[in-house]
Amino acid sequence: MLVYLARRVVYTIPILLGVSLVCFALVHIAPGDPLVSVLPPDASAELQAQLRALYGFDQPYIVQFLRWLGRALQGDLGTSIASGRSVTTEVVTAVGYTLRIAVLATLIGFFFGSLFGFVAGYYRGSAMDRIASFVSVLGVSVPHYWLGMVLVIIFAAILGWLPPTGKGDESSLWESFRHMILPAVTMSVIPMGIVARTVRALVADILSQEFVVGLRAKGLTDAGIFRHVVKNAAPTALAVMGLQLGYLLGGSILIETVFSWPGTGFVLNNAIFQRDLPLLQGTILVLALFFVILNLLVDMLQTALDPRIQRS
Amino acid sequence: MAALAQHTLAAPAPAEKADGYWIGVWRRLRRDPVAMVALAVIVALILMAILAPYLAPADPLRGQSLRRLRPIGTAGFPLGTDELGRDMLSRLIWGARLSLFMGITPVILAFFVGSAIGITAGYAGGRVGTVIMRTIDVFYAFPSVLLAVALSGALGSGTGNALVSLTVVFVPQIARVAEAVTTQVRQRDYVEAARASGAGPVTIVRVHVLGNVLGPIFVYATSLISVSMILASGLSFLGLGVQPPNPEWGLMLNTLRTAIYVQPWLAALPGVMIFFTSIAFNLLADGLRNAMDVKQ
Repeated sequence: MLVYLARRVVYTIPILLGVSLVCFALVHIAPGDPLVSVLPPDASAELQAQLRALYGFDQPYIVQFLRWLGRALQGDLGTSIASGRSVTTEVVTAVGYTLRIAVLATLIGFFFGSLFGFVAGYYRGSAMDRIASFVSVLGVSVPHYWLGMVLVIIFAAILGWLPPTGKGDESSLWESFRHMILPAVTMSVIPMGIVARTVRALVADILSQEFVVGLRAKGLTDAGIFRHVVKNAAPTALAVMGLQLGYLLGGSILIETVFSWPGTGFVLNNAIFQRDLPLLQGTILVLALFFVILNLLVDMLQTALDPRIQRS
Repeated sequence: MAALAQHTLAAPAPAEKADGYWIGVWRRLRRDPVAMVALAVIVALILMAILAPYLAPADPLRGQSLRRLRPIGTAGFPLGTDELGRDMLSRLIWGARLSLFMGITPVILAFFVGSAIGITAGYAGGRVGTVIMRTIDVFYAFPSVLLAVALSGALGSGTGNALVSLTVVFVPQIARVAEAVTTQVRQRDYVEAARASGAGPVTIVRVHVLGNVLGPIFVYATSLISVSMILASGLSFLGLGVQPPNPEWGLMLNTLRTAIYVQPWLAALPGVMIFFTSIAFNLLADGLRNAMDVKQ
């Protein structure tokens, strides 16, 4: 098992390197000069050359990449062109906000997803199963940015129960929580559909196995069998939940735009439209690294939780 | 020997066999009422896109500032008017063109590119296959929404760039499936037999591999269309895809966002179209998977 874990960690290193190369390349596939947004329009050729040397754009790509990677490894992602602040600071603040709603959304989605999935898998073929399966299709088919708008229309514009956008007054815990409800509920629909599908398939598969028949024959009650099903389904269901958290962190941009939530999606959106390339690059790098590392952790956790997995 | 090799290559009639298989799939699909309703919705949407000039009652681009944001049910404007006084019904009908095009095209492009990459990697195997698949893994390591937004953000907004970004998002996903299926097929006895009788790699892939792997890859690709529709409209919603004043559902949703306090239900209409299209594609993909009996 230790060998497996070690190999899994080593295998992640080239992926991380590749991911950072893609992030680095993003700035260079961008049309136009990367300096264009900092240069005054009437800059002389001399000034341009000076700035180019200052930012290191006169060096070969490989030198630029290694320098950038070296600085990134030390936690320095450069300076935001628009705000002049450190990209690392901006990204870390934003990740905090995104994590809040993403974690809340994952929890909501996991709870209801497992509930629907369990009922559907347990009473397979029943009306309940068909309803639960249909709800999970709706969950994966709904354009979440639109769902966000609909929730704002219902709960903010018409009923006036919840605030439509923003993060609210952060000194009041209740106020911040109220602002988190709509974005988190909107976001939770995606993992809910996927968790429901997975749990349904898992439960149906486990119930059809021989050991369950054996347990029944032995005279075990439904509650006892339920415990066995949960134990068998948990590692995979938790793994799916972990991966979903990663997707939500990276995929929150549309929802954050709808709710003007100051997370990574909001930062990314600003970076794109202000052509703030260092900020764009830094945010994407941090989110992608988060995702890769989360994948690794989920895999390790699954190996640890499920003694049947002997990966050598 | 040469005669024998030629004989084994010429003997099977793959076209006829493949035909029978697809007819069987269609027969099974036809018995699935959910999939048939989904298919009917999709055909209707495509017809709506093609016949937009004949179906739309008004010009989707011309508005009048005097009749902005009329509610649903206004005389002459059954679905109201948008923030620039343009007829909503006409814009929704015309919107099908760009929205369907932007949603389906990336999957078709990725189907060809991803299959080519995946089949090559799967058939070559060994070091070549590993190098190709590790490169693919790097792109797979990005959450799809993030990669799509990052690429279109870097390339700049516009229809072409959005299509390129979405294609790049789906290529690794399709390539992975293609590689997995090809690796399985490569180990079959008939491939071994073909190789033993002297067929070259190109012939083996064309005659023995393609017919057996394209089906599963195709099913997987159809399941991506729904995601692609949501993502493509999402890019336009962010201002990265289709540009105003062109009618596209995601973009319409974005420009109507400011109107949710004035005409809440009107503002939500374009999203209903995206939702319906996406459900239809999802249900059809599910039905197709069952009909083709592909386990995923």
